[in-house]
Amino acid sequence: MTDILDEPIYKTDALIAQDIDAYLKVHEHKTMLRFITCGSVDDGKSTLIGRLLYDSKMIFEDQLAALEADSKKVGTQGQEIDFALLVDGLAAEREQGITIDVAYRFFATEKRKFIVADTPGHEQYTRNMVTGASTADLAVILIDARKGVLTQTRRHSYLAHLIGISNIVLAINKMDLVDYDQTVYDAIVKDYTEFANSIGIKAFTAMPISGFKGDNITASSANTPWYKGPALIEHLETVEVNSATDAEKPFRMPVQWVNRPNLDFRGFSGLIATGTVKPGDAVRVLPSGKTSSVTRIVTLDGDLEQAVAGQSVTLCFADEIDCSRGDVIALADNPPQAADQFEATIVWMADDEMLPGRSYWLKIGTQTVTATIQQPKYQVNVNTMEHLAAKTLELNAIGVANLSTDKQIVFEPYADNRTLGGFILIDKISNATVAAGMLHFSLRRAQNVHWQATDISREFHAGLKNQKPAVLWFTGLSGAGKSTIANLVEKKLARMNRHTFLLDGDNVRHGLNRDLGFTDADRVENIRRVGEVAKLMTDAGLIVITAFISPFRSERDMVRQMMQPGEFFEVHIDTPLADAEARDVKGLYKKARAGQLKNFTGIDSPYEPPHDPEMRIDTTAMTAEEAADAIVARLIP
Amino acid sequence: MLDSKTLTHLERLEAESIHILREVVSEAEKPVMLYSVGKDSAVMLHLARKAFYPSPPPFPLLHVDTTWKFQAMYELRDRMARESGMELLVYQNPEAQERGINPFDHGPLHTDMWKTEGLKQALNLYGFDAAFGGARRDEEKSRAKERIFSFRTASHGWDPKNQRPELWNLYNARKNKGESIRIFPISNWTELDIWQYIHLNDVPIVPLYFAAPRPTVERDGMLLMVDDDRFPLQPGEEPVMRSIRFRTLGCYPLTGAVESEAKTLPEVIQETLLTTTSERQGRAIDKDAGGAGMEKKKQEGYF
Repeated sequence: MTDILDEPIYKTDALIAQDIDAYLKVHEHKTMLRFITCGSVDDGKSTLIGRLLYDSKMIFEDQLAALEADSKKVGTQGQEIDFALLVDGLAAEREQGITIDVAYRFFATEKRKFIVADTPGHEQYTRNMVTGASTADLAVILIDARKGVLTQTRRHSYLAHLIGISNIVLAINKMDLVDYDQTVYDAIVKDYTEFANSIGIKAFTAMPISGFKGDNITASSANTPWYKGPALIEHLETVEVNSATDAEKPFRMPVQWVNRPNLDFRGFSGLIATGTVKPGDAVRVLPSGKTSSVTRIVTLDGDLEQAVAGQSVTLCFADEIDCSRGDVIALADNPPQAADQFEATIVWMADDEMLPGRSYWLKIGTQTVTATIQQPKYQVNVNTMEHLAAKTLELNAIGVANLSTDKQIVFEPYADNRTLGGFILIDKISNATVAAGMLHFSLRRAQNVHWQATDISREFHAGLKNQKPAVLWFTGLSGAGKSTIANLVEKKLARMNRHTFLLDGDNVRHGLNRDLGFTDADRVENIRRVGEVAKLMTDAGLIVITAFISPFRSERDMVRQMMQPGEFFEVHIDTPLADAEARDVKGLYKKARAGQLKNFTGIDSPYEPPHDPEMRIDTTAMTAEEAADAIVARLIP
Repeated sequence: MLDSKTLTHLERLEAESIHILREVVSEAEKPVMLYSVGKDSAVMLHLARKAFYPSPPPFPLLHVDTTWKFQAMYELRDRMARESGMELLVYQNPEAQERGINPFDHGPLHTDMWKTEGLKQALNLYGFDAAFGGARRDEEKSRAKERIFSFRTASHGWDPKNQRPELWNLYNARKNKGESIRIFPISNWTELDIWQYIHLNDVPIVPLYFAAPRPTVERDGMLLMVDDDRFPLQPGEEPVMRSIRFRTLGCYPLTGAVESEAKTLPEVIQETLLTTTSERQGRAIDKDAGGAGMEKKKQEGYF
């Protein structure tokens, strides 16, 4: 047997056997630290975590027996124990020998409970590291002593810094393989210091370790007499956790749920994001700005005299003021702001690239709103920290962009408040979480542009024309017959003395949208602008007819949301691709097939047919004239 | 003691779990809590009562019954439903009942039919779109990588490679048509956390966790309790009274006991800390399909 199988240095407390009650008293009042380990594929990350579990006695005999057998079979350490096998969880990973996702591990010492987020170091998995880091108080950045500061080291450090982790440990690993040489260690620390300063990392703690041999993990190693700092565990046990600093900030609690068991009780439940609260405190509910004071902090175990950041509580107020899920309860004389336009850092996490102008769900705290993102100001190269021009963000890309929300949200800069500054974006069609973001600040524009109230209302405009405004939104492939049918519909409506306007795709692209091309991002913006124009026209009382391919469901739904209920009629001009291509009135299919026209819908760009349109016109079953009659009959029964 | 502004690990875990429970109630249409009557379920139920106090938890308890649980479990189940003011739904797979599926004659089919199939049927029957479960990440390797909000296809399958990222404490509860969500509010608790919490909060648990003299037989290295007269004794087999307790509770013919004298909670915790085998070792279910047993079961729809 090798030395690593000897009795762990980090022994279980003798108190367990002698006096369990005394032991429990201590251990039921430990603190908790969440940290993340980052390293490249071969930095020995899994080995280090396996070692921490092993040394803190978190590995049982049956697991150890399985580990020993596995180590001999598929391990990479010859006959020795391969600690990495302890943490490489899923079958697919064990076969490939890689870690493909975020895994959480648990161990405890005399002073703390630890939750470790184990994230892979591969370039394509930025999203996993950001995910793991979002809940961490501390980051352990692993470096292979033989290799020094690598591109990956810089990337991991940048991401940890970006997500706001202020406690960084630089663990220079595999010191056993460089004969515990201080000069190697010093050179790496010097290199890293330069880099850390350049990206704004103010402080970090470096230490020489060997995850494999156990040096400076639980106790100072005799192999590194020149190192005077703490062992890794010692440092992890004493470093300050985030929740302690959050408690010092002004009080904020996003409301999750209104507790109303009967008419006599009305409480507001939530997790306190920052600060402390006591009965008698004056509070303000945002965004309404109404004030009241706290009367009780209610829990199953009795009312509390005080609650602090990190606790889930239920608050009662002295006054009956409006307060519901999504609102934020804050210190009355120091509340956060509300705004609807922001600059933010965005980490894109989906295979489908970000589409500027598309609307996504944005969830921040307990608020969920619709948000659209502008073209990024720049993208960050996570390896060199250079700023690059970008039109969009792809999977694992990080960029800075402005975004706007459909209503005001209560927020604080991420640097001040993770809860009120960190958000996720959700795709409205697939429901996938597509991005994480961090708000920097609100744009002044949001505060200075107000809705101008006008005396002539949209009802008045419509009344003058003696009609109900509507949008007939034609969608379908190029050559499906949209323009032809739309034109017929408009003529028929005109004969009925209706006030109409036809917005045609080709025509709009000669003027309003002359700056847009045919990429997915530009198509989204094209439709957004047409939607806004159509909306203004319905405000003026018009019946608007639009003829645009409008290939994406998401944008058609966005336009639908802009309109008054019942005023949007989606008309799917349904023509099989083969038929449309056979007609090829403008000769565009021919060009697209020849490769002279890129991003052509139906050929090399997708068309998403509507699931549930108000009308579907099958052009193989009726003439354009018949179709127009049917549409008019539907609009004006 | 710590200063009043630093929370203990149990306080942080409790706050996180309560936050998760409230998010689901706010965002899901029809949530339910899977209640297996074990110690993890006990803690989860206690957390739910805390999360919504003074209201009762605004969802029912669902017990997917195999008819082969320990008698003491049925007793505690009914008592806890009464005390918490929650509706208790008990579901037994009618097909398993009809075919007389039991752990003695049918091996893995027993778990598959009663538990996996039974669970799917119950969720479909009542149309629950979100189900709380008391699984912990420290239990098993594939659990360690499962999200707190774990999405299942219409056929209840789990796709480990296609999980949504979970950042901060922001949970995306939006689901596609036919999908449902399994939510694990105590994901970040360890076995020891659970015991400590039960100790500090006096959470009621099944007495089988404490040592007492009970009738047992030894089979395949496992100590089984003869809980009722359905237990088929082999020729020459005679139940022996032994002082035993259980580390986990499931169907009594599948759950191995340990010999123990630990009659109080501190003594149980003491044994847990000094023990040298992992908790699920007493469970036959994890040993199927080699190292990937649980992962495979989850893909098929097991909780």
